[in-house]
Amino acid sequence: MSPSQEIERLAKREYDYGFVTDIESETLPPGLDESVIAHISAVKKEPQWLLDWRLKAFRHWQTMEEPHWPHFEYNPIDYQAVSYYSAPKQNSDGPKSLDEVDPKLLETYEKLGIPIHERERLAGVAVDAVFDSVSVATTFKGKLAEKGVIFCPISEAVQEHPELVRQYLGSVVPQSDNYFSALNSAVFTDGSFVYIPKGVRCPMELSTYFRINAAATGQFERTLIIADEGSYVSYLEGCTAPMRDENQLHAAVVELVAHKDASIKYSTVQNWYPGDENGKGGIYNFVTKRGKCAGDRSHISWTQVETGSAITWKYPSCILQGDESVGEFYSVALTNHCQRADTGSKMIHLGKNTKSTIVSKGISAGRGQQSYRGLVKMMKGAKDARNYTQCDSLLIGDRCGAHTFPYIDVRNSTAQVEHEASTSKIAEDQLFYVQQRGLDAENAVSLIVNGFCKEVFKELPMEFAVEATKLLAVSLEGSVG
Amino acid sequence: MILNIENLHASVQGEPILKGLNLKIQPGEVHCIMGPNGSGKSTLAQVLAGRDAYEITQGSMTFKSKDLAEMEPHERACEGFFLAFQYPHEIPGVSGLQFLRAAVNAVRAFRGQEELDAMDLMSLFKEKAREVNISFDDLKRAVNEGFSGGEKKRNEMLQMAVLEPQLIVLDEVDSGLDIDALKVVSDAVNRMRTPERSFLVITHYQRLLNYIVPDFVHVLVDGRIAKSGGKDLALELEDRGYAWVEEHAGAGAE
Ligand SMILES: Nc1ncnc2c1ncn2[C@@H]1O[C@H](COP(=O)(O)OP(=O)(O)OP(=O)(O)O)[C@@H](O)[C@H]1O
Ligand SMILES: [Mg+2]
Repeated sequence: MSPSQEIERLAKREYDYGFVTDIESETLPPGLDESVIAHISAVKKEPQWLLDWRLKAFRHWQTMEEPHWPHFEYNPIDYQAVSYYSAPKQNSDGPKSLDEVDPKLLETYEKLGIPIHERERLAGVAVDAVFDSVSVATTFKGKLAEKGVIFCPISEAVQEHPELVRQYLGSVVPQSDNYFSALNSAVFTDGSFVYIPKGVRCPMELSTYFRINAAATGQFERTLIIADEGSYVSYLEGCTAPMRDENQLHAAVVELVAHKDASIKYSTVQNWYPGDENGKGGIYNFVTKRGKCAGDRSHISWTQVETGSAITWKYPSCILQGDESVGEFYSVALTNHCQRADTGSKMIHLGKNTKSTIVSKGISAGRGQQSYRGLVKMMKGAKDARNYTQCDSLLIGDRCGAHTFPYIDVRNSTAQVEHEASTSKIAEDQLFYVQQRGLDAENAVSLIVNGFCKEVFKELPMEFAVEATKLLAVSLEGSVG
Repeated sequence: MILNIENLHASVQGEPILKGLNLKIQPGEVHCIMGPNGSGKSTLAQVLAGRDAYEITQGSMTFKSKDLAEMEPHERACEGFFLAFQYPHEIPGVSGLQFLRAAVNAVRAFRGQEELDAMDLMSLFKEKAREVNISFDDLKRAVNEGFSGGEKKRNEMLQMAVLEPQLIVLDEVDSGLDIDALKVVSDAVNRMRTPERSFLVITHYQRLLNYIVPDFVHVLVDGRIAKSGGKDLALELEDRGYAWVEEHAGAGAE
């Protein structure tokens, strides 16, 4: 078999996380109107202000148009055909401890390789597991509480810490920011809430695993992370979904707030079902992620490894408001088969001496199409601000494509913006060189791709770098055409 | 027999390059191939290694009695075939250490052996690197990226030393080397000479053969071996040039 055939064969390999958990769910019938929103709010026993907030977002959303500027086309989304709430049936108030969690759910997470049994964890990683529209388990809450760290489902935070939620919700991503953030604000179901008190270094990695299970259901999670002055937290999210023929909608909003001298490291390993090799099925992933470096010397770092989804539309951004604050974006995005990704970052420099770095590594294989879209904005007050952007594309085979759309807007003459871009191909002779040393085609491609992604992988927390490497190897299918 | 090539014809993009090549290599032998530019020396090396772009149209080649044409490039490597490239490739972001480890473990896995312990591997790499004058820090750099021509050749020698292959093809390993590097490279080769291991050395310069002394010298002209002889043939060639062989083509061929 030639290398190309070999890789073609790998391409046929199945998505490992495509199973469906057979669990009894309470799912709202498809459709969206104010009564649906009222229902979601009621199920979650939300206070009136939050219902009002949702309805306001919904009314605004109805006046908006779905954006069609990204560099891909897709079947129109029928928002009335989506169910906006689905939760596994459980005892009235939800499980108090892991022992009360439905074993089928625990089994699901086990199959996904996600550790929600605290006793099985070696490394200290606290996990919040979100299944369809609800959080089913959060580990290590007690241990975190000793330090004053709050890590819980956002629905719980609404009950337990309403003042924090009310203060920060929508403070970084306003409801009306864009079409999908408005939709999310109206119908968001669950997601994680994190608060790190002043001066606390969060003693373990925090992570959330999102799992879409139910058919014809959208997932609209909302994550809010607040790092108070001088604190530090590293947070990781992972995502998977069953294989289904129809496209499923995922529209999340993530807001980060870093106060003075605080640091947030946010890592994502996104592996939603990408659809089959002909582009049937897969998740539509429309995500708004934004962090505000509110205080001086604050630091927000986004690291993402995006291998899944049929469509990805996502631009994790930083608003560098505090002086000397730092924003970073490290990204590996892989599009294989018929996947489309339009992704990048926005760095908005407001404060003096603010610094941002964007490193984007796009890998296209099969008939995958990928665009880097980035905005670097140096506002009037951004004296001596600096940005460095590096944007590399790797093409595997000749049926895929890579595109770059960098936007630069400088309004302060002392600011410096640097942009580097490259496009390369895995050359047949390079691949051959590696094979001549004993690696088969699959391993040779994955070694080369790993090298290409190195600058990003080294930003991932250790535990997840290995996972990301493996994931990339599995997702690299249909390479070298 | 380690390598047996019979009446090998190969073409690239429909263009015949090798046109009936015969070559037999026994264990422990060092063969040298010389010949004018474009005569097909690198093509032979690439065909032996299993490069896709070359089509074998006639003839056969066996390595340790196994039909090479039936084997994938990595299978040939794992069976003990090593090609030191005329132009070694860069692998950005992959360190020399990582590459060596991947290669050693791939070969071991193929042979059903366990992966070697990371620490053992490290000391092996260190030792072999020292032999070819490569610093440990250089092993942390990306494979061949930013290395000089001579350094790249030494990297090839390091990979060869670590993988301990049984048949080694060196494609112009001496090109672009200064005197000291030439010595380092030939020492690396000579250290590996054993009664079981064989070499096929492709070169343009007789000088290399003062360091790596061959048992046989062949002259490749227009895709065929036009003349074979002992190590003195190289000296004669240097005196008379390839035109002399071309004139007598056929006479000296087997
Ligand atoms: N991939 C290829 N595509 C087209 N032509 C090729 C290719 N590879 C080799 N050739 C041609 O085949 C012929 C033999 O090339 P080869 O590289 O084997 O010569 P060589 O003997 O190694 O020469 P040199 O001494 O210059 O290294 C040349 O005419 C070359 O142009
Ligand atoms: Mg050559």
